Amino acid sequence: MSAKEPTSVRLVASLGAAGLVSGLLLVGVHLFTRPYIERNRAEFLEKAIYQVLPGTSETATLAVSGGALRPWDGQPGPELLYTGRRDDGTFAGFAVVGEGNGFQDTIQLIYGFDPERRVITGMTVLESRETPGLGDKIIVDEDFLENFEALAVEPAIVLVKNGTKTRDNEVDGITGATISSEAVVAILNRSSEHWLPLIDATPDDTTPVTDADGGGR
Amino acid sequence: MADEKTASDVRNVDELVKGLWRDNPVFIAVLGLCPALAVTNSLENALVMGLATTFVLVGSSTLVSLLRKGIPKQVRISIYIIIIASFVTTVDFLLAAFAPTAHKAMGAFIALIVVNCLILGRQEAFASKHSVVPAMADAAGMSGGFTLALAMIGAVREILGSGTLLGFSLFGESFEPWVIMILPPGGFLTLGLLLVIFAWVKKRFEERQPGGLGATEPAAAKGGVA
Repeated sequence: MSAKEPTSVRLVASLGAAGLVSGLLLVGVHLFTRPYIERNRAEFLEKAIYQVLPGTSETATLAVSGGALRPWDGQPGPELLYTGRRDDGTFAGFAVVGEGNGFQDTIQLIYGFDPERRVITGMTVLESRETPGLGDKIIVDEDFLENFEALAVEPAIVLVKNGTKTRDNEVDGITGATISSEAVVAILNRSSEHWLPLIDATPDDTTPVTDADGGGR
Repeated sequence: MADEKTASDVRNVDELVKGLWRDNPVFIAVLGLCPALAVTNSLENALVMGLATTFVLVGSSTLVSLLRKGIPKQVRISIYIIIIASFVTTVDFLLAAFAPTAHKAMGAFIALIVVNCLILGRQEAFASKHSVVPAMADAAGMSGGFTLALAMIGAVREILGSGTLLGFSLFGESFEPWVIMILPPGGFLTLGLLLVIFAWVKKRFEERQPGGLGATEPAAAKGGVA
């Protein structure tokens, strides 16, 4: 024990100084990295949209306002969905983000929807904590992902035992990842039930206009 | 502080090397097991965790050693934690910005480096009592040993559990992966087996060289670290 004990003022001052310096440092690091982090997030989403809407070369963002879909004004709050347009200017479809409970945690996925053919054109998982080696096959299993390349959503999607898919609205499950496959199907059903009326209520001519608007931003 | 005097005599090279083998944080001191078990389901994840921990440990040890005379001992642990947490948050942001895929694979475990007892342990047992150069050597050695241990666990689990190494397929289509190896039990099994191997090799080594390495070293640096 040393002869004189530091006063409590000194102790508080040391802790305060440490906290202040640390806080300033972290603010600096946050400001420096934020643009990169936001760019990564946007790129990740854009890549996912290209994947679920095959042939897309340009994307635009729509928001729900007043019960219809309109070009997004950049304000946070409304539910968003995305549209894709091909090189030749034709409309590729809508890309919709859906989420729901998986085996361990929320699964967030994005799927493409072609309103003319009334089918899902692709699906990819954005975020999940499914069991590695089992449940996470919903992300990587090519046979499973093939189910979503032209999947009818009306009537509701049905999960069937692996290898028994016969109808357009059926999905071949993954052996060993039943709960995760069921979760994906449930998310798609719930999400399409929610979005289809909105998509259908959007007049056909808004979509191309929307895209022209969105592309310029 | 009597340790001040001996600090200059300490061989820096030895401080660096001891963490790799003699005092390996995972295989000998059995510290930092949470990340060693949780994120070692592939070699890549293990290396990312090892490097992130290295950044935090070397940074914290350097700073704690530089500030050791100014930190009142009554609040030292809180200040160590502030320093460690700052480095951890920094590495978390940097990974999210420049290595987003690796950051995603780590999940919450980068933030959890804060509570890796290996790091706080080195501050309390070493950096707070030694000057900067030995403190940095100690931190670099310990993190090197930690990274090495994680890489060994990660490599074993990835080879057996996925049939790949760093993502490259090793055995072709016919190999059926041992899924259990990339699940949590696989972490315990691998760690247990590696601990046995390490202990066995160490014993053989000491038997062959009586009074060799381990015997002459003071048990100083180990401190009461839990």
